[in-house]
Amino acid sequence: MAWTRDEMAARAASELRDGFYVNLGIGIPTLVANYIPAGMHVTLQSENGMLGMGPFPYEGEEDADLINAGKQTITELDSSSYFSSADSFAMIRGGHIALSILGGMQVSEKGDLANWMVPGKVVKGMGGAMDLVAGVKRVVVVMDHVEKSGAPKLLKACTLPLTGAGVVDLLITDLGVFEINRGKSPLKLTALAAGVTLDEIKAKTEAVFEVGL
Amino acid sequence: MAGKTQKDAAEALAGVLFDGMTIMAGGFGLCGIPENLIAAIRETGVKNLTVVSNNCGIDGFGLGVLLESGQIKKMISSYVGENKLFEKLYLSGELELEFNPQGTLAERIRAGGAGIPAFFTKTGVGTLVAEGKEVREFDGELYVMERGLTADLAIVKAYTGDAEGNLVYRKTARNFNPMMATAGKVTIAEIEHLVPIGALDKDNIHTPGIYVDRIFVGASFEKRIERVTTRPREEKASA
Repeated sequence: MAWTRDEMAARAASELRDGFYVNLGIGIPTLVANYIPAGMHVTLQSENGMLGMGPFPYEGEEDADLINAGKQTITELDSSSYFSSADSFAMIRGGHIALSILGGMQVSEKGDLANWMVPGKVVKGMGGAMDLVAGVKRVVVVMDHVEKSGAPKLLKACTLPLTGAGVVDLLITDLGVFEINRGKSPLKLTALAAGVTLDEIKAKTEAVFEVGL
Repeated sequence: MAGKTQKDAAEALAGVLFDGMTIMAGGFGLCGIPENLIAAIRETGVKNLTVVSNNCGIDGFGLGVLLESGQIKKMISSYVGENKLFEKLYLSGELELEFNPQGTLAERIRAGGAGIPAFFTKTGVGTLVAEGKEVREFDGELYVMERGLTADLAIVKAYTGDAEGNLVYRKTARNFNPMMATAGKVTIAEIEHLVPIGALDKDNIHTPGIYVDRIFVGASFEKRIERVTTRPREEKASA
C-alpha cells in the first residue's frame, strides 16, 4: 500500500519547525497546510506577494485582489503583509525562506530537479520554481514514485530540462522518503510507506541508493 | 504644467502606441491587471507587440484578448499555463516566447527601472535559462548574468491614486505593478478610486508619482477570479 496524497502531505509536514517561513507549491504541497501541527507557528509565503496566507474564504467572501500563487482565492490573517513581486523574490533568493515544498517530474541522485517543461509537449513555464530551488534554505520535493506508464522518476540523471542542479534536500514519494542532501552525500532511503517492500522500491527506482531505514 | 489625469483609457493612450513597441503589463494571473488599458489597446489595432507580463491572461480576458486579435508578436513571461490559445499560437510558431523565472523577471524590471543594466543571480544556473549567458563565480558559488529590462510603455493597475500620480495598490493585486511603473519610458496607471491631493497617507504611497505619466479612473472593473476556492461555512462554528 503506497501513501495517499494526504499521507505524503502529512509526511512533508513533519519537516516544518516552529517559527519557519515556508513556501508551498501547487498540488500536493498545498495540502501540507492542513497538517501543520497544533501549536506550531508557521508563516506561509505566497510568491505573488504575501506573507501569512490564511485559509480559503467562505463562499461569498472571495476577494479578486487576494489570491495565492495557484490563483486560488485566499484570506489574510491579522499578521499578514503584502509586497511586490520583486520584494517577494528578494525574500526567496536572499535565503530568508526556511523551507520550500514543491512538486516534481524527475529527481536525480545528485539532487537535480526537473519540474517545469516536457520538450515537444505543452510548455507552461517555470513560474517561481527556479528561484525557489536556488534561494530557499531547504528544498523538499513531493511526487509520485513512478510515471503513469510505470517509468521511474528517481533517476541517475534527469532527462527533462532542469529546474535546478543539486538543489533537492529531501524527496517524499508515495513509496518512501529519500535523503538527497543536494547530492553532497550518497542517496539514502530513510523510510518506506506502510506495506511497501525494499524489493518493490528498488525495482521502481533507477537511481542507486543506500538503505538507512 | 499639463495635468496627468486623463478621461479614460483611450485618451490616456493617445500618441504613445506604435507598431513593434514593447509594453509591460502589470498583474499576476488576472489579479491586478490593467483591464481597461488592455481593452483600449485592442481597439487601436496596434500590432507586432512585445509584451512583458508574468502571465498572458486567459482565453477571452486580460492579455488573452490581444492574443486573439493577433496583436502580440512576442511574450516575455514566467508562466502561461492558463491559456489554450497561447499554446496553439506558440506551437504553430505564430508567437515568440521568452521564459524568465518569475523572480528573475521581477528583478530585471526592477533593475531596468533603477538604471541597472545587468545583475547576477543564482536562479537558473545549470538550466536552459543560463544558456548563452555569462556565468561567474562569487564567493564559491555560480551566478548567471541577467539584463535589466525597460519598455516603451508600462501599463499598471492600482487601487487608489491622485492627480500627482501617487499610487496605492491593494493586497496581492500589487505584484509586478510597482516595478513596471518604474521601467516604462511612458507609464500609464489605471485606478479604481481617484482621491484629492493630500488624501493619501504620505508614508504609505507604494509608487511615488514621479514614475507615473498619465492616470485615469477605469470605466469598469470586471476583476475576474481565475480559481474561486472556498471552504464550507459550517467550519465557522468550530473555528
